[in-house]
Amino acid sequence: MPEEKQKDATAGEFDRREFFVKLGLGSLGIAAAGTAVFAYQFMSPNVLYEPSPIVNAGRPEGYALDSVTLDVNSGIYLIRSKEGFFALSAVCTHLGCLTTWKPELGIIACPCHGSKFRREGEKIEGPAPKPLPWLRTWISDEGDLMVDRSTVIRPMEFVRV
Amino acid sequence: MAKTTYFDALRASRLWRSIFRSGTGSSTLHNALAIQQNVFLHLFSTKVRRRMVSFSATWYLGTLTFGTFLILVITGILLMLYYHPSVPQAYADTKDLQFVVSSGLFLRNLHRWSAHAMVFLVFAHMFKVFYRGAYRPPREFNWVIGIVLLIVTLLLSYTGYLLPWDQLAFWAITVGSNIASAVPLFGNKVHFLMLGGNLVNANALLRFYVLHCMILPLAAIFFIAIHFWRIRKDGGLYAYHSEPSTLAAKGSSPPDVAEALPKGVS
Repeated sequence: MPEEKQKDATAGEFDRREFFVKLGLGSLGIAAAGTAVFAYQFMSPNVLYEPSPIVNAGRPEGYALDSVTLDVNSGIYLIRSKEGFFALSAVCTHLGCLTTWKPELGIIACPCHGSKFRREGEKIEGPAPKPLPWLRTWISDEGDLMVDRSTVIRPMEFVRV
Repeated sequence: MAKTTYFDALRASRLWRSIFRSGTGSSTLHNALAIQQNVFLHLFSTKVRRRMVSFSATWYLGTLTFGTFLILVITGILLMLYYHPSVPQAYADTKDLQFVVSSGLFLRNLHRWSAHAMVFLVFAHMFKVFYRGAYRPPREFNWVIGIVLLIVTLLLSYTGYLLPWDQLAFWAITVGSNIASAVPLFGNKVHFLMLGGNLVNANALLRFYVLHCMILPLAAIFFIAIHFWRIRKDGGLYAYHSEPSTLAAKGSSPPDVAEALPKGVS
C-alpha cells in the first residue's frame, strides 16, 4: 500500500520530452479518429439515385381473379385473391435473388438456391430464413393500386376494391 | 581469355556504368552486387543454391502466380482504355471489346483465363507451402502475408466479376453482398458501404471498378514486395535439407548468404 501511494504521488509528473511525446501521440490519435469518421461519412452517400419505393401498379381491374403478376423492374408480386388484393416482395429473403411464380405448381420459387414459397409468402422449403414480406398496398385517389416497397405489413391484410 | 564483345564495350561505357554500378567483372562479388544494387532485384537473395531454384523445389508455383499477376496488370490496363464503368455503357463496352475492338477478344480472354489461373495457382502455391511445412519459423510471418495476398486475390476476382455488367455479374454481386449483410450488428452497414447504396447500381459498379483497377492492385503489389523480400530475410526459398536442424544433424552450418559476401554487403 505505501508503495502504491508513492507511485500515485509521482504518477502525474513527467518531464518535458515525455509531455511532448504524449501531446504528439494524442494529437495523432485524435487526427486518426477524425479521419476514420471522415472516411466513413465520405463512403456513405447522402443522396441515392435509386428508384422510388412507391410503385404504381395500375388499375385494379387489370388483374384477373386468382392471378399472380410479377413486376420484374420493381421486384413485387401483385396478387388478386378471393379475399382481395395484396402485394408481396419478389426478392428472396435468403440472398436477394428475384423469385418467380410457377403457375403449374402454384408456388413461388427462387432460381438461386431453391427456396419455395406459398402464394401468401410462407416458406415451403429451402434456405430462406423468413417468409416473403407483405408490402403496404392501397388504392390512390385516382383509383390506381399503389405499393410501398419500403413498408412491410402483417400478412393477410387484403385490399378490397 | 574470353573475346571482348560489343556488349562488353557497352557495359564498360560511362552511360552504362552510370546506371549499373556493379561493374563488369564476373566474380561472385560482382554477380552478387548486380542483384543487390538493382532496385527490382534487390528484394531477392544475392546468392541462391542451384538446388533451390530447381523445378522440384517449388514447382515454380509462386513465380507462376506472379507471372499471371503481371499478365493481368498489362491486359487490365489495356482493357481500361475501352471500358466505361457506367450503367448504360459497361455491358455495351464489354460486347465491343469482344466483337468490335481489334484483339479485344484476345485481351479479354487472356485477362479472364489468367484470373482463373491466378486463383488456381495461389491455392496450389499455398498447398505446396503447407504440405512442405514451409510455413514454419522463421517463415511464419511470410505465411501470414501470403494469406493476405490470398484474400486480395479473391477480392480482385470478386470485384472484377461485376464489371461486365451482365445478368451473371449482377446476381452474383447481389448474392455476394447479401452474404456480407449477414454479419451480426453492422452487416447492413457493410452492405451499404460496399455497394454505395441499397442495391447493385451505378455506385456499386463504380466502387467495384475503383477497387478492382486501383486499390486492390496497389495492395497486391505492396504485399507481393513484402512477400518476396521476406523470402530473402527468412533465409531463402525453402527446400528440404536447407533447414538449420537438418544441417546441424549433418554437421554443417546453416546457409547464411551474408557470410559469402565481404563485410558491408548484405
